[in-house]
Amino acid sequence: MSILIDQSTAVLVQGITGDKASFHTRLMMAYGTRVVGGVTPGKGGQRHLDVPVFDTVKDAVRATGAQASLVFVPPSYAGDALMEAADAGLRLVCIITDGMPAQDMMRVKRYLLRYPEKERTMVVGPNCAGIISAGKAMLGIMPGNIYRRGNVGIVSRSGTLSYEAAAQMQALGIGVSTSVGIGGDPINGSSFVDHLALFEADPETAAVVMIGEIGGPQEADAAAWIRENMRKPVVGYVAGLTAPKGRRMGHAGAIISAQGDTATEKSQIMREYGLHVASSAADLGNTVAKALSAIR
Amino acid sequence: MEIHEFQAKELLAGFGVPVPRGIVAYSPDQAIFVATELGGSFWAVKAQLHSGARGKAGGIKLCRSHHEVGLAARELLGKPLVTNQTGPQGKIVQRVYVEVAEAFEREIYLGFVLDRKIQRIRVIASANGGMDIEEIAQRNPESILQTQVEPAVGMQPFQARELAFGLGLNIKQVSRAVTAILGSYRAFRDLDATMIEINPLVVTPDDRVLALDAKMTFDDNALFRHPNVSEMRDPMQEDPREAQANQHELNYIGLDGDIGCIINGAGLAMATMDMIKYAGGEPANFLDVGGGASPERVAEAFRLVLSDGNVKAILVNIFAGINRCDWVAQGVVQAAAGLKVPLVVRLAGTNVEAGQKIIGESGLPIISATDLADAAHKVVAAARGAVARP
Repeated sequence: MSILIDQSTAVLVQGITGDKASFHTRLMMAYGTRVVGGVTPGKGGQRHLDVPVFDTVKDAVRATGAQASLVFVPPSYAGDALMEAADAGLRLVCIITDGMPAQDMMRVKRYLLRYPEKERTMVVGPNCAGIISAGKAMLGIMPGNIYRRGNVGIVSRSGTLSYEAAAQMQALGIGVSTSVGIGGDPINGSSFVDHLALFEADPETAAVVMIGEIGGPQEADAAAWIRENMRKPVVGYVAGLTAPKGRRMGHAGAIISAQGDTATEKSQIMREYGLHVASSAADLGNTVAKALSAIR
Repeated sequence: MEIHEFQAKELLAGFGVPVPRGIVAYSPDQAIFVATELGGSFWAVKAQLHSGARGKAGGIKLCRSHHEVGLAARELLGKPLVTNQTGPQGKIVQRVYVEVAEAFEREIYLGFVLDRKIQRIRVIASANGGMDIEEIAQRNPESILQTQVEPAVGMQPFQARELAFGLGLNIKQVSRAVTAILGSYRAFRDLDATMIEINPLVVTPDDRVLALDAKMTFDDNALFRHPNVSEMRDPMQEDPREAQANQHELNYIGLDGDIGCIINGAGLAMATMDMIKYAGGEPANFLDVGGGASPERVAEAFRLVLSDGNVKAILVNIFAGINRCDWVAQGVVQAAAGLKVPLVVRLAGTNVEAGQKIIGESGLPIISATDLADAAHKVVAAARGAVARP
C-alpha cells in the first residue's frame, strides 16, 4: 500500500454538502477514491453525491468503517471537526481549510496526545492541498492529471508549488508515489519529518522531494533528521529567496521572524545535510532526475 | 494584525495588568488638557505608531510642565517619525499618548510568543529590560528566563512565580509581577495574540510593577472572533494597497520592482518572484489570489497591481487546483481589456484547455507562457521592452 491512502482506503468528507466540498468530492470519486460517506451535522440520513450523509463522525465510522477523512469546514469549526474525527478513531484526517486560528491548532495537537501513540490520528494540514497517491486515490483538491504514477514522493508546505514539481517531473517521464501537502500554517498537524519517515519505509518510493518556504524550523529539523535516518535521496527546495523580513507572504506560517527562517539559510542547511537542493523552482524536475540517476 | 501602544495597554489593563494612567491626544491643546486631567507633574508624551524603537528616534518625550507637554505634542504630531523599523520615509504621527510618568528602579523584559518549534506559548523574562530581546540574547543570554505553557491547563501561577523570583524580585513585587504575567498570558490566550512584549515592565520604589510599554500582535486568522480587536486596526499604519487588498480577501504585499505578479498559492508566488529575480527582473509585489479566485477577484487583483505606478509588465501565473483555469481566464480577459502594459499569462491544471481557449479567443495581445522559466523570462523581457507609463 502507498503511504497514507490508496484505492482501498475508505474515506469520509466532513462538510460534504458545502459547495467546494461537493465540487472536489466529485473529482475525488472520479479519480478513484473510495468515498464512503459524508458528515454534515443536521443532514444525517440524506444522501449526497450518491453516498450517505451522517450527523456525526462516529455515526459515519460505525456505518461505513471509514478510516480517513477530508475536512472542508470553515475556520471557526475546524478545530472541533479535527477533534471529533480523532475521537471517532480515524487514523488519518486531512484538513484543507485556510484560516484556522493558530492557537486552535495548538489545542488540537495537544488533544491528539490523549490517545496512545499507536492509535493516534495523523492530521495533515491545515491550509493544504491534500494527499494524492498517484493512480490510486486523492484526498484533496489537486488536479489529478498532473501526477504520473511512479516512485518519487513529494512533501510540501505549498500546494501549487507541489503541482509545479509534479508537472515538471511528469514532463520528464518521472512519476509520483504519493504527494503530501503539510500546509502553510505555522502549526501543522504533521511535519516534514512525519512524512519523510513514511516515505523512507515505503517500498514504492525511491526518492523524495521536500518543498519548503520561509518561516519556522521544520526544514532545518527535517534536514537533520534526513541525515540521521534516511538512505533515500531527498531533493530540497525553499521558496522565498526574495521575501522581505517580517512580512507574512500569504501563508500564515511564511514569515521571517527568527534566525534560520530565511530561504537562504534553509537552503544552506539542506545542502550541509546532504540534500540535493534545486537551484530554482524551474529546476525541480531536473534535480529529481539527477538524484534518481545517482541511485543507479 | 498590529495595534498601537495605547490600545495594547487598554486591552492588557482589562486583564488586570497594571499600566500607567494615560490618555490619547490628537493636538497640542488636547495633550495639555489631557495632562491636566491626568494630574501630577511629570508626564511622558509618546508618539503612537506601529513601530518599536520610538524612544531612540525621539518619539518619547518626558515633560515636567503642561507647557512642555504642549511643545512635545507639537513637535511630534503631524510629522514623520523615522525609526529603525519604519523605513527612511518614516510614519506620520497621528496621535500621541500622554502618560503619567513616575520613577522606577528596575526594568524587566517580559515577552510571550507562540513558538512554532515547541508548538506552545513560550514566556520569556529577563532582568535586562529596556534592551531589545535580540540584544539581550547576544549580550546577556544567561539572564533570559523561560517557561512553556501547557495548553491543556494554561499558564499556572507557579510558573509566573518562578519567573518573578528568578528575576530577583522581593515577595511584594513578586505577587504583583505574577498578576501582570498571568494577566498578560490570559490576554494572549483569550485574544488570540501571536506576540506580546512588555519592555520594560518596571518596578517602582514602592514595589509596584507597571507595564511601561506594551506591544501586541494578533493572529489574523482569529480576528473573526475578536471584533473588539479588529476594530483597533489602523489603516494609516498600513500600505494603502495592502489595506485595500485585505478588504477583497487578497494577499498583497507591495515591493520595489516593476513587474506586477498575480499568482495563486503563496509558495508558487514566492517561487515565481524568485524566478523573476533570477531572470534579471524585480517583482513589484507579492499577490496570492488564493483558492477559488472568481473573475471579480482576478479583476480586483489587476486593479491592485496596476495601482502601483511602477508596474511595467504583469505576470499571471495560475496553477489550478481549487481554482479553475476557465474562471481565471474570464477574469484575466475582463481585466486585460484596456490594459496598457504587457501581460504574460501562464495557466496550468484544472480546466486548462478551456482557460487557454478563452484567452486565445479574446483577441487581446496576451503573451502566453508554458512553464515557470518561460513565464519569468517573457515578463522580464516585456518589462524591459516596455515604454515608461505616462
